[in-house]
Amino acid sequence: MNSASVRRLMTGFYILLFFAYLFGPLVLMGAAAFNSAPYPQVTPWEGFTWQWFGQLAQDDQMMDGLKNSLIIGVGVVCLAVPIGLAAALMISQIHAQARSIFYVIVVSPVLTPGVILGISTLVFWQRLGDWQGADFESLYYDGFFLTVVGQSTFISAYCMLVFLARLQRFDRTQEEAALDLGATHTQVFWKILIPFLRPAILSAAVLAFLTSFENYNTTVFTIQFESTLTTVLAGKVRMGTQPDLSALAVIIIAITLLGAIVHEVLRRREARREAAAFEAARRAEMETDLASLGQEPATT
Amino acid sequence: MSEFFTVFAAVLAALIIAPAIQKHADRWWSGLTDIRFVQRNGVFISVYLVVAVVFWVLFMIVLPQLYMVDFSFRHNLPLEEVGGPDDVYTLENYRYLLFGRETDEAWLNWLHLSVFLRTIIASVLVTVANFALCYPIAYYMAQVARGGKARLLVICLIVPFWVNEILRAFAFRILFGTSGVINEVLQGLGLIDGAIDFLRADVGLYAGLTYAYILLMIFPLYNAIESLDHNQVEAARDLGAPWWRIHYRVVIPHAKPGIASGCTMVFMLSAGALAIPQILGGPSSLWFTQIIYDWFFQGLNWPQGSAYALVLLLACLVFVLGVMRLFKVSLGDIAR
Repeated sequence: MNSASVRRLMTGFYILLFFAYLFGPLVLMGAAAFNSAPYPQVTPWEGFTWQWFGQLAQDDQMMDGLKNSLIIGVGVVCLAVPIGLAAALMISQIHAQARSIFYVIVVSPVLTPGVILGISTLVFWQRLGDWQGADFESLYYDGFFLTVVGQSTFISAYCMLVFLARLQRFDRTQEEAALDLGATHTQVFWKILIPFLRPAILSAAVLAFLTSFENYNTTVFTIQFESTLTTVLAGKVRMGTQPDLSALAVIIIAITLLGAIVHEVLRRREARREAAAFEAARRAEMETDLASLGQEPATT
Repeated sequence: MSEFFTVFAAVLAALIIAPAIQKHADRWWSGLTDIRFVQRNGVFISVYLVVAVVFWVLFMIVLPQLYMVDFSFRHNLPLEEVGGPDDVYTLENYRYLLFGRETDEAWLNWLHLSVFLRTIIASVLVTVANFALCYPIAYYMAQVARGGKARLLVICLIVPFWVNEILRAFAFRILFGTSGVINEVLQGLGLIDGAIDFLRADVGLYAGLTYAYILLMIFPLYNAIESLDHNQVEAARDLGAPWWRIHYRVVIPHAKPGIASGCTMVFMLSAGALAIPQILGGPSSLWFTQIIYDWFFQGLNWPQGSAYALVLLLACLVFVLGVMRLFKVSLGDIAR
């Protein structure tokens, strides 16, 4: 056995270990969801059951949290995506010296711990409310509003980065052509820029929603008397005694796997279609080449 | 009835003000369209851009942070006394972190200081461990694996991270608990007699933290290493460099921005983690964020909590700047 194959064997072994570390805990948690023991555990195995899934659906607290999480997620998409887009469009237009300062300011929330974003949002808006003499039903004290704002602080930066990546490939001459042909600025924005950015808008929205949905550190400070799925979950997990949590995890993993498979299948189909189109184009080109070759002796 | 008068007054006011606005509107309008920024974007888009960005920068980033700084230098007063004669600046909140209550016998507030130091040191260790764990995989994915295999690896990496952070921590509880899988297996093999409390020993906490941020380390590394031309590695190998020197002199210098980016993200997230220490930390071990949390929701002393949060923020800032200096990269390279 030479050194190259030893190295390959070791690499394979390492990758195997790594993915065992990655998937092992999740697989065990999944197994615990089907164990009928009243405490979340795999060993000893006391028999197969579906009962924890049924219990999950009856958990009002968790369903309520899920509903709130969805509402907040939609709110964050509505706030963070437009802000991220505006910042991405703005950044190329401001003065070069101000640009780097602007960039540092808007990217700083990404590098700030989530708890600090939550605390500063909570403290700031509450004091603003006190200062205005607003009553406790108003927006300044509203858990939903504060959570949407607090999460959007850093999610907007994610969205901005997504848009900046897409804008790098934008051809400015398209805009100029449209303006020369008499389009207004608003028309250019809606008819050229937005269609070009559509894939980025979609991925920014998905990213924003998912990030919001599973955020805990910021939410736990801003949500106050309400609850989201993550805060309910955290409360339950700290008690750590219910197997229906593993049942929830199984559902999430199943949805994820399904999404990944669908995505991969769609991608493959797209790739095959592109390859087929490419092949057809090449064949057509070759045929015209052959045809012109065939004509060549006649013309000369 | 009063509502009716409000509406009536508003209509009246509008009727009076409208002609005055109309007289000036043309001038304002032309003044507005003279600005180059507005010329370039059109009026409506300009208004949208400016409003969105100003709201974000001022009301979501700068003012809350500044207010938190201000707040952390104040006494914890009931609402009626805010703005009153007692509402003065104080260093009390910071003094408390260092020295504790004045009546305490010990000179320093070791309870909180040790938690702070432990959080920072443990976060650095988690970051280093994470880098060591992820670098080989990132290198393999970026330079060795090809086509379909590399994509499969990427999907395998992403799938576990769609599961909620809290549920991932829960998985580690099942794994490391006193009647957890590891204990049962070790006992079944006859290696140990009684159950080992891994959670009390913080093994679960460190394993969970390392696990939680793998993705944020691997992808910056992967992106950085992927842009390296494989011919450079080949050339180094042909010239007789051993494998460790290839990494040390060729791959790692090239991947610097990715390393800096991954390390700052992982450090920041582990130092600021709240859920994982709450779930996996032993009953006696605290994380600094948990103390902040307790100041807010059990001590009900928000200025004190803000002061502690600010200290944590400063620590993260020092780390980010330190990494940037160490790797000689700019912020633009890190946040991508």
